[in-house]
Amino acid sequence: MQTLALNASKPRLAVSHDPIPAQGTGKGRIEGHGLAMQFAAKGGPVVVLDELDIDIRPGEFLALLGPSGCGKSTLLNLIAGILKPTRGTVTIDGAAVKGPNSGCGIVFQHHSLFPWMSVLENVAFGPKMMGRGDPIGTARTFLSLVGLEKHEAAWPASLSGGMKQRVGIARALANYPPVLLMDEPFGALDAQTRSIMQEELLKLWSRFRTTVVFVTHDIKEAIFLADRVVVMKTMPGGIKREVKIDLPRPRHPDIIKSDLFNHYRGEILELIRDETLKVFRASK
Amino acid sequence: MKWLVPSADGTRRLAWTSAGIALFLGLWTAASLHLNNPVLLPEPTAVLGGFLDLVHDGTLISDIMASLRRVIGGFLIAAATAVPLALLMAFYRPLDLLFSPIITFLRPIPPIAWIPIAILWFGIGDPPSYFITALAAFFPIFINSYAGGKAVLPEHVYAAKSLGAGPRALFGRIYLPSAMPMITTGLRVGLGQSWMAVVTAELIAAHSGLGYMIQANRLALETGLVLVGMCVIGLLGAAMSVGLLAIERYVLVPWNQN
Repeated sequence: MQTLALNASKPRLAVSHDPIPAQGTGKGRIEGHGLAMQFAAKGGPVVVLDELDIDIRPGEFLALLGPSGCGKSTLLNLIAGILKPTRGTVTIDGAAVKGPNSGCGIVFQHHSLFPWMSVLENVAFGPKMMGRGDPIGTARTFLSLVGLEKHEAAWPASLSGGMKQRVGIARALANYPPVLLMDEPFGALDAQTRSIMQEELLKLWSRFRTTVVFVTHDIKEAIFLADRVVVMKTMPGGIKREVKIDLPRPRHPDIIKSDLFNHYRGEILELIRDETLKVFRASK
Repeated sequence: MKWLVPSADGTRRLAWTSAGIALFLGLWTAASLHLNNPVLLPEPTAVLGGFLDLVHDGTLISDIMASLRRVIGGFLIAAATAVPLALLMAFYRPLDLLFSPIITFLRPIPPIAWIPIAILWFGIGDPPSYFITALAAFFPIFINSYAGGKAVLPEHVYAAKSLGAGPRALFGRIYLPSAMPMITTGLRVGLGQSWMAVVTAELIAAHSGLGYMIQANRLALETGLVLVGMCVIGLLGAAMSVGLLAIERYVLVPWNQN
């Protein structure tokens, strides 16, 4: 396993362009009001989300947790502007979301990188599109932040799953978006890599303090990462309960052994179990 | 350039490939000895002799150059029109709806059916041949490029937009490279179609080139020289296909490791 750049050496941050903000920018408030989402299907419209309200404060790390079919990815796609709600509005810092835009970085579970660009070109893509000076220099800075500066010339296809996602995160952050949306970004990784990626993500986030909306179905992952876990319900989809996670930061991996962690885990497990059973019974 | 270094696999491949060529030449020789009629089927050595004669008097080279020019010219015209049109159609739905019926209607018409019209419009010589070779290459290139443009992953489009890409960047930096593996497949098929079409076109609509040379020698019952023309077409077509494969691998789609 690769050592993490943030541990190993101080990253090259003292570059002239775009200093990385050490603390939150105060931007990145996400508000959703009366959100409803229906898809047309053979047996009539399927209600995926119904009358959902959500308020995510700037710099918050929010996890959307729930069984498949609860609409957590749908909610993320509404925030990203990939989907348009049937009813309701989503605003970021007061402006209505009209489509995917540079205010919202996205990291997907699969196909997150452009395979025809080198690792460096992938990360430089955003700064280049935004017309920033020295996109290559910015890309190098961000690659070193995720410990992959030695792989800048590689094609994405030659990287491991974990490395790909690190490049994906570096690429999304290189544009300094107020909001970072992550759709099960570590879902395809093995358990070891996944837990290291979680730590690394928290370290990056503590530096950027961008608002993060993180979709997962892994309870431990949600509790370990988030300030607040939104447990979603099914049929129709929506918010079942919100659980505020009062674990101290910075969080060490050992925190999952703590009583408080296990208390949250038990509480959320109970909530999720109800929903999963509901889906299970309905599918019979 | 690792294919220049002989490996165990490379040696084995070379052995089997050589055996295949030897088998082909052996069957040919056996058949011609059995027939014992040089008008029906001359021996490979006689064809080689005819080949050397035509090289010495210079006519083969000028015929090859005439055909090559028509193939490459028509192929380039086809590539320059089919790739942008296909990608634009995959990209903008109105354009797709506008042109789809025309393409669907024109596609089943074989290039050879265009020859009478081509002669009427362009006369005899290079222009109708360019027209036919371009037409033959157009559809394979178009179909593959269109499929490639349609197969762009939504994740890539969303990611690009979320990184600030506008329509132009989306087209040039996402759609085009994303479709490139399919485009190169189309280019290879199109080039092959172009080669087949040039012979047909030259049989009828030209006074030079390998197709014309084959036709002239057929009338003179010079079967050996007809076979020279056929072999040269086969060899050149194969060489261009291999060349295009190399360009694909090292220039157009370098990221495709398999």
